[in-house]
Amino acid sequence: MAGPGAGEPAMEDERSFSDICGGRLALHRRYYSPSCLEFCLSCPRISLRSLTAVTCTVWLAAYGLFTLCENSMILSAAIFITLLGLLGYLHFVKIDHETLLIIDSLGIQMTSSYASGKESTTFIEMGKVKDVIINEAIYMQKVIYYLCILLKDPVEPHGISQVVPLFQSAKPRLDCLIEVYRSCQEILAHQKATSTNP
Amino acid sequence: MVLKAFFPTCCASADSGLLVGRWVPEQSSAVVLAVVHFPFIPVQVKELLAQVQQASRVGVAVLGTWCHRRQEPEESLGHFLEGLGTLFSHEPWLQLCRERGSKSWSCKATRRQGPAPLAPACEDQVMLIFYDQRKVLLSQLHPPAALPERQAGDATASAGGLAAVFDTVARSDVLFQSDRFDEGPVRLTHWQSEGMEASILVELAKRAAGPVCLLLACLLSLVSAASACRVFRLWPLSFIWSKLSTCEQLRHRLDQLTLVVSAHRAEGPAQLMRKANALVSVLLDMALGLLLLSWLHRKDRFAQLAEALVPVADGSPQHPSPPLPTPPHPRPLGLAASHSDLAACPVTGGHWACWWPGAPRRGSQTGHRELQHLLQWLMGAPAGLKMNRALDQVLGRFFLYHIHLWISYIHLMSPFIEHILWHLGLSACLGLTVALSILSDIISLLTFHIYCFYVYGARLYCLKIHGLSSLWRLFRGKKWNVLRQRVDSCSYDLDQLFIGTLLFTILIFLLPTTALYYLVFTLLRLLVVTVQGLVHLLVDLINSLPLYSLGLRLCRPYRLAAGVKFRVLEHEAGRPLRLLMQINPLPFSHVVRTYRLPSCGCHPKHSWGSLCRKLFFGELIYPWRQRGDKQD
Repeated sequence: MAGPGAGEPAMEDERSFSDICGGRLALHRRYYSPSCLEFCLSCPRISLRSLTAVTCTVWLAAYGLFTLCENSMILSAAIFITLLGLLGYLHFVKIDHETLLIIDSLGIQMTSSYASGKESTTFIEMGKVKDVIINEAIYMQKVIYYLCILLKDPVEPHGISQVVPLFQSAKPRLDCLIEVYRSCQEILAHQKATSTNP
Repeated sequence: MVLKAFFPTCCASADSGLLVGRWVPEQSSAVVLAVVHFPFIPVQVKELLAQVQQASRVGVAVLGTWCHRRQEPEESLGHFLEGLGTLFSHEPWLQLCRERGSKSWSCKATRRQGPAPLAPACEDQVMLIFYDQRKVLLSQLHPPAALPERQAGDATASAGGLAAVFDTVARSDVLFQSDRFDEGPVRLTHWQSEGMEASILVELAKRAAGPVCLLLACLLSLVSAASACRVFRLWPLSFIWSKLSTCEQLRHRLDQLTLVVSAHRAEGPAQLMRKANALVSVLLDMALGLLLLSWLHRKDRFAQLAEALVPVADGSPQHPSPPLPTPPHPRPLGLAASHSDLAACPVTGGHWACWWPGAPRRGSQTGHRELQHLLQWLMGAPAGLKMNRALDQVLGRFFLYHIHLWISYIHLMSPFIEHILWHLGLSACLGLTVALSILSDIISLLTFHIYCFYVYGARLYCLKIHGLSSLWRLFRGKKWNVLRQRVDSCSYDLDQLFIGTLLFTILIFLLPTTALYYLVFTLLRLLVVTVQGLVHLLVDLINSLPLYSLGLRLCRPYRLAAGVKFRVLEHEAGRPLRLLMQINPLPFSHVVRTYRLPSCGCHPKHSWGSLCRKLFFGELIYPWRQRGDKQD
């Protein structure tokens, strides 16, 4: 991973991986400087097939109720419910892409962007970060790997107060995680080296 | 470590000058607070900085130079700026430079490696972080970083990480007091240099608040002194006050108002928010109460309310009673129960004629009539179950007589109900919560007979259950040992066993009847309790919702900060990294959780398991517990 040459723009590259269910993910890596790196993982988009299937189910059920009750309010209610449900899903549930920004000696920032454009950001200061690791977990019938940040315990110097998992909705596989892990470890190692010798 | 320079966005277009701010060595970050422009006299600059340092306890110093220049660099300016480094010695010495009209910045931070002035200098890598000074000044981080005590003579204040930046900017407001229209010796650029921010309304409100608060505080102290006087401590009155939820609510509101108008200044931002929330809550409450009052006074609502609450619309003496059919011939006990058996009761015979279903009714069925129908249904064959006739009749008539007594009392009060309601309705101007508390108290007063029925039914059932369990033990040849709190075997005499078994059989065959009455009245009681509980929940919601904080979060989200977020700005190779620091506002749920006002605390006392257990054994339940008071 060579740094940028003189006069070149920040290095960017994009690779495609897959998540634990087999969907396609795109990992977009932006290298701003030796101390600043950004990873953007794009989740698979909402598919037209599933949207049509859900809408048809809801409307068929509403039509069935309508034939039972002879009340046309049910049909309008079904339309409202479908619209509101879709808006709510896009705004609160469906995550479009997740971004990880690591800035040496400042901290790590995770952003989740929803399909409606809403962004939710969390920033963890470098002083609180103990390490970034890949951990295993049992998820239903699978064993999956996930990347997580370990936070320092203010009371105990060698303890861990919290584990913050990353890329929770994208759920990439191990090959993608290794890419991100290597770059994070480079920056963390550099940060630890310079913080001991100020 | 990479050197972080926090630069205010308002200074990005300022003319060249000196950078003034605070250096935090632990995080290797320089927080730039303002830019001092040429021409200046170094002694005056140092004086100003010493003044600011003394007033704000923040270690303000000259951090470096700022150069905002045209495309061609001027050699003389460059040497001049480097010379300033020897004048205001600071380690490390920052040199920020920006070309006019473009986005390219350059930063240099030099450190001297030795004590001699000509020792070789080493350069650090610099990262520029832009921040909005006004927003950072006004915002408040949650959770608040624990700050060490400000010791005398200690010019530094240390806090972890980014909280140090917020703290520095917030405490240096002394530096931002002068704007460019002031005739001071030093010309500064900061967020307020274009002119001090102020609002006429806010200033007027501040002036007026003093005397108004004083007046209100006097009034409130009078009211609380009056309520604390000896007369109200006497036994019957104190018992009544403790039972009514209106008094609790009024007391709570009085406490809140006393807090708001108290003469002490708020100690910290949390206290200030609490006062503001309490004030907004009281104002909203009064506004809603006045709305309710105006709605009630329209279209003769009080008469309708009176009719709904008191079921004597057709039994009152003003209305001519219609011709009533004669009551049927009374039949002896033991046969099928019907309306006729009611007439057989000598005391109530004459009175029951008034309540004959043939009489015309205004409006829908009233509550008491429903209760009577329910009891008559129970005395028949409810849900197809066959009850024990004798016990059924006794219990049914006992309860029906109670209802009759209750109706007679209400009958006495009926002419005054409308006036009482009208006067109580006036109390709605004290607030919607007070009106709702009064409603809850009226409900509990009017359903007092249901409470009595519940207590009778529960006690009877409880006695029966205890008797049954004790006799069941006897049936098996065991006994409850009170000393050891356990079941022991015991040898009974034959006559004891005989009588015990007989009683056991009697009790167990009478169990369905008692159980059914208990079930019905418990359900009624639970219904009333649920309605009251809902009213109390609503009152609690109005009392404890922090509306000012929610409004602040909606309109000025930067005031309540959960943290920060960074955005990488356009980056060119060879130039320093530029980031924009923005404030991440607190989510609404956290706002409510942090700034919730303490309220009367109406929450269920029992868990579901213990509630079911108490219901099964017939123990009396009081599901909603107020703060130490029993709710009737």
